[in-house]
Amino acid sequence: MHGLVNRSIQCFLRDTYGAELWVKVASEAAIPAAGFEALLSYDDGLTDAVIVAAARRLGKPREALLEDVGIYLAGLEPLRRLLRFGGVDYVDFLQSLDELPERVRLAVPELDIPDLVLTPAGAGRYTLTCRARHSGFAAVFAGILRAMADDYGALVLIEAGTEESDPASVSIELLEARFAAGRHFDLAGPARS
Amino acid sequence: MMDGNPHSDTALLADTDLGRLMPMYLWVAPSGHIRSVGGTLAKLCDGFALTGMRFLEVFEIRKPARVQSMEELRALAGQRLHLALREPPRTPLRGLVVPLQEGQGVLVNLSFGIAVADAVREHALTNADFAPTDLTVELLYLTEVKAAVMEELAALNRRLQVAQRAAEAQALTDALTGLANRRALDQELQRAIDGMERGSAGFALMQIDLDYFKSVNDTLGHGAGDLVLTLVANALRAATRRHDIIARVGGDEFVLILPGPIDEAMITRIARRVIDDIEQPVVFEGQTCRVSASIGVTLSRFYDRPDADWMLHDADAALYASKRRGRARCTIYAPGMEEGETDGPDCGPPEPDWP
Repeated sequence: MHGLVNRSIQCFLRDTYGAELWVKVASEAAIPAAGFEALLSYDDGLTDAVIVAAARRLGKPREALLEDVGIYLAGLEPLRRLLRFGGVDYVDFLQSLDELPERVRLAVPELDIPDLVLTPAGAGRYTLTCRARHSGFAAVFAGILRAMADDYGALVLIEAGTEESDPASVSIELLEARFAAGRHFDLAGPARS
Repeated sequence: MMDGNPHSDTALLADTDLGRLMPMYLWVAPSGHIRSVGGTLAKLCDGFALTGMRFLEVFEIRKPARVQSMEELRALAGQRLHLALREPPRTPLRGLVVPLQEGQGVLVNLSFGIAVADAVREHALTNADFAPTDLTVELLYLTEVKAAVMEELAALNRRLQVAQRAAEAQALTDALTGLANRRALDQELQRAIDGMERGSAGFALMQIDLDYFKSVNDTLGHGAGDLVLTLVANALRAATRRHDIIARVGGDEFVLILPGPIDEAMITRIARRVIDDIEQPVVFEGQTCRVSASIGVTLSRFYDRPDADWMLHDADAALYASKRRGRARCTIYAPGMEEGETDGPDCGPPEPDWP
């Protein structure tokens, strides 16, 4: 798994639950406490070991933990901005998700994120399908979609697929596109010094 | 626009639709007056209405040629234009002119150049200010993502560099005393020799062997031995200059490189100070340890072509001459010393006053 994915989980655990928890999880997963480098690649088994160890320590289901990772990621300003480039409103953003893997590849060619397909499912309803090597991505995207709805000021119901339905899918129901003001987005970020 | 066009096969287009296709277009009449503009371009020039103004009074065309008149502008049709707003912030733009049918003037389409992010920031443009077919927003996305990735790469490189420096320092340092180790000495000695080819003033090579160290180690243990070695290292640091190299190359063996124009008298002074310092009694867990040092020295100027192994060998021969003569002294190398024929100048005390 790419270091960016591993480091995302690491930073989520550290920022949300404290460095102490991260050190325990790292030790349980048999990785150095310094953790992952964002631009190197690691064995998939390490990612699973971290997720399993963290879920057990926190007493949380794995899917809920991964959904929180998604919410955390969309709350990081640089990532939020990159996601907001996708569209002018939430529906536009949803429509742009098919392009997201291609956008990611433009940025980091080695980062293998799942193919995303958005299918309309009736008025204001959509299904996002994540076809990935790793089964955890759908839950992470459910979290990202939830956080981005707040960012755009849209009122939505998001439900990650279950084992019974389809674990690789997320269902989205748009209740109100402009429910709240949403957060501000400038197309060009602040000038870098 | 283009109403009244007599040709039935020409596409007719309303101003608003033209603006949707090209949000930064201008329609310029044959007189040079602007007849209509796209919405994004209008936003660029907020504060004044473009319609009715003279195109060449608002925009300055810089390349491929300066343009003064509509005739000159028409002549540049089809070429890439570099132009800018005449008023601050003087946003740089790219453009293309196409002539319209007789009497209709020209159509100019503009875009931002490579400094698009500055322009977007300056004029507070949004996604909606660009045509859906335009890749400008993707360019902004890429600029931003590239900066983030580069920052992460730079941070990774800094971490690797720190780790590499630490590993290098570790590989060249004696862990107990913090002095240079054998590997570092070999590098520095070669560097000193190479320096002579570039006209440096030469150097002295000083080999120091502790006397009676083995008995300290054997009777009082390694703890005492380590303490003695640490204090010897301090004594050597105190007796030398900042740019001298001090290396611990074996259990109780040290080698110094003393660069610069150095003569026998200076060597004698340094050696005496080193021996005096090392002979200071050391108390370890209530027990007194006493050691001394034997020293052998050779100078780079003794050699036509100095060689590291050769010089180390000669310094060692001088060291053994010191040992033969009763230890606690310094000997400067002289030819034939290896066989014990000549013992060279003796810089030590006339008789060892200790132990």
